[in-house]
Amino acid sequence: MSLGPDKFLILSAVLFTLGVIGVLLRRGAISILMSIELMLNAANLAFITFARQFNATDGQIYVFFIITLAAAEAAIGLAIVIALFRLRDSTDVDELSLLKW
Amino acid sequence: MESIVFIVLSILAVASALVVILPVFRNAIVSALALALNLVCVAGFFFLLDAQFIGFLQVIVYAGAIMVLILFVLMLLNIHDERHLGPSGFFQRFLGPLLAVGFAAIIVSAALLPATGTSFDAAEEEFGTVNALGMDLFTRFFYPFEAISLLLVVAMIGAVLLAKRRL
Repeated sequence: MSLGPDKFLILSAVLFTLGVIGVLLRRGAISILMSIELMLNAANLAFITFARQFNATDGQIYVFFIITLAAAEAAIGLAIVIALFRLRDSTDVDELSLLKW
Repeated sequence: MESIVFIVLSILAVASALVVILPVFRNAIVSALALALNLVCVAGFFFLLDAQFIGFLQVIVYAGAIMVLILFVLMLLNIHDERHLGPSGFFQRFLGPLLAVGFAAIIVSAALLPATGTSFDAAEEEFGTVNALGMDLFTRFFYPFEAISLLLVVAMIGAVLLAKRRL
């Protein structure tokens, strides 16, 4: 078996799909955040694969930015979870339907 | 040799991703540790793809900093188990994952097109080193780099504002 872009891209698609399914199935706010990290990672893998395929650093720099974004997202998301937990004593997203009608 | 590493890492990555997402594993701390394993596996793929610097960044920032943050909050709030699968309806529990699998099928069929290629050309000498990345980051991508540092400051202030009880 020769390692090529196709294998890495298929793996990236599989990991991304697992992340999507996680967001749909899990009910804890933090579990959903973790599934989002899974999806961001799958996207990163595709970026790095294309960077390697075209011998260009651009893809790697985008991944650099995405990792920074993920750090910011995790910090904000967890702050929101802490604020919600203080308010409702739960992180179950089905119980948080204040803005739904 | 490389394909053996790839196969082992991909099995580990998919298995740990399943532990993260499946509602059978209700303990959030188990999920968080599985996510850390998954992130380290993805870092291994980065090394296979000649992206050394990004690989190290992945281990330090993702598997180090972000996972510690998530575990810290999990233990601070003392969340053990998710109480239930929730009353979320038929569409979200069954149709949604089905559509996600369909989406994956589309991407995989695109990846299998002959245009994608099945082997890599030899990488350039400096490809993926701190040197090559740093040169691009501080010349062509200088303004995005400054913007992202501003974003980090905004995120930090936002997190303090959100989580603080009284200002």
